[in-house]
Amino acid sequence: MDKIKQFILPKPITLGNGKVVQPKMSPAIYVVPILAFITIYSVNLTKFKLETLFRRGYQFFVILDGMIPPNFAYFDKVWAPLVATIMMSVIGTLVGSILALPAAYLSSENMMKSKFVKFITKAFFSVVRTFPILVLALLFRIIFGIGAFAGTMAIGVFTFTIMTKMFYELIDTADMGPFEAIMSSGASRIQAFWSAIMPQLWGQYYSLILYNFEMNIRNAAVLGYVGAGGIGIILNERLGWRLYPDVGLILLVMMVTVYLIETLSRTIRKNLL
Amino acid sequence: MSTQNTRVQEQLSKQPKVLWRNILVFGISAVIILFSLDYINYRGLTETGVEIAFNILKSVFTPNLPFLLNFTTKTGVPYLILETAAIAFLGTIIGSIISIPLAFLSSRNIVPAWFTHIGVAMITVIRTFPAVVYGLMFIRVTGPGAFTGVLTLAIASVGMVSKLFIETIEELDPGIIEALDASGCSGIQKVQYGIIPQLLSNFLSTAIYRFEINVKYATILGMVGAGGIGAPLIFAINAYRWGDAGALLIGLIIFVLIVEAISTFLRKKLA
Repeated sequence: MDKIKQFILPKPITLGNGKVVQPKMSPAIYVVPILAFITIYSVNLTKFKLETLFRRGYQFFVILDGMIPPNFAYFDKVWAPLVATIMMSVIGTLVGSILALPAAYLSSENMMKSKFVKFITKAFFSVVRTFPILVLALLFRIIFGIGAFAGTMAIGVFTFTIMTKMFYELIDTADMGPFEAIMSSGASRIQAFWSAIMPQLWGQYYSLILYNFEMNIRNAAVLGYVGAGGIGIILNERLGWRLYPDVGLILLVMMVTVYLIETLSRTIRKNLL
Repeated sequence: MSTQNTRVQEQLSKQPKVLWRNILVFGISAVIILFSLDYINYRGLTETGVEIAFNILKSVFTPNLPFLLNFTTKTGVPYLILETAAIAFLGTIIGSIISIPLAFLSSRNIVPAWFTHIGVAMITVIRTFPAVVYGLMFIRVTGPGAFTGVLTLAIASVGMVSKLFIETIEELDPGIIEALDASGCSGIQKVQYGIIPQLLSNFLSTAIYRFEINVKYATILGMVGAGGIGAPLIFAINAYRWGDAGALLIGLIIFVLIVEAISTFLRKKLA
């Protein structure tokens, strides 16, 4: 009991020089009950039952078991959608990243003087960023029809919003000295931005593009689910037909691709920074 | 020519020559783009594309208000959002709990270097499967519903969370533990005063960040019938019920913005 009391209301400590210090109450006193309450509430709401998990847990491995060994003969059919997925990501990432450059300028604290423009762009991008990529893909599929173009648009818009945020945060922290020097020689704000701020940031900008590209390769895999092109389409189809050895091969191919692209992009990024 | 001008010239000639590098980068990019265009096959809008785009925009401003503000029954937007939040919360908690031992067993300063490869390999494999596939696997266990969503998000979180946990653990300052050792602390005291205070805030910060991501992920879960706001949203869009879709989108936007704000606030406090 004493220990609990000591934990909730720590006793004042008298230091060697006679000074009395009152230790702070631990934040755990209110954080733990709040977390416990939310957890219990969520368990009830989601009907979470450990017992079901133990009783039927083996079912989880049924599909996994079906995937091994993968059906390597299926590789011929995986090739084309895989390339399409990569191409969708390339174009989407590039277009989104290029558009993000002026958008980031418009929302950065130190470049954009007009508070109104800053507020409008920031609010717009915050709202668009809340859209999950899947919802974007779904909307674009309805507008542009089934196929890779809808997926590319979804990746493009998604990258555009994320890159804008990441890049204006970089602009905000850039060194303003060269910018002011060029401004004082009579350049316009945009000229000064281009020749004083951007040279500081090109490396990080390329690095962000590659980072987004890595992310988009992973994202592109699910887009097929809503008919937005790429490897997701055959993944969805094979899962629907319960051809799990084919699914196993698709996942294996995706794993290798993602691994190769991540390794490549990380090597390049290390040399950029 | 004055001396100053020559100096500027000299400086300029010392600059690295970037022209050829730039031409190379742009050339490669151009080739890749030209090849990709073939795959993307833009076929123009569908016949009703413009009208639909207009409807989508209109729907966000004219949502189905009774549906959006239905706080009493389990079919309204508020309940769906509450369910999504509960799924994301439990998923994050379980995912983080699984990640803790996994991260400790893959950190180079805790276990021998060769042993870390086992843990890292496991994390890589777990990360490979898209969340959708996990969803389908868990549906066999628990049937469609929020429970499946919780399990899916939990395992989908493990990859990123344990990676960030490992980084935190590998940055542990051994000096503090040595100091505690020198002052005669027991093993448990060393953990209590030397290790937990160093890890806790970073761990919590990671978990909060992942919660933010899981909230967005919850829409993907709708596709496999794993509960939350995703399934009704996808159905509404596919059925062109724009009023309902607008209500769900507004609910989702407000909810995500609130979660982002809370998450940023908490993580700033923890940092």
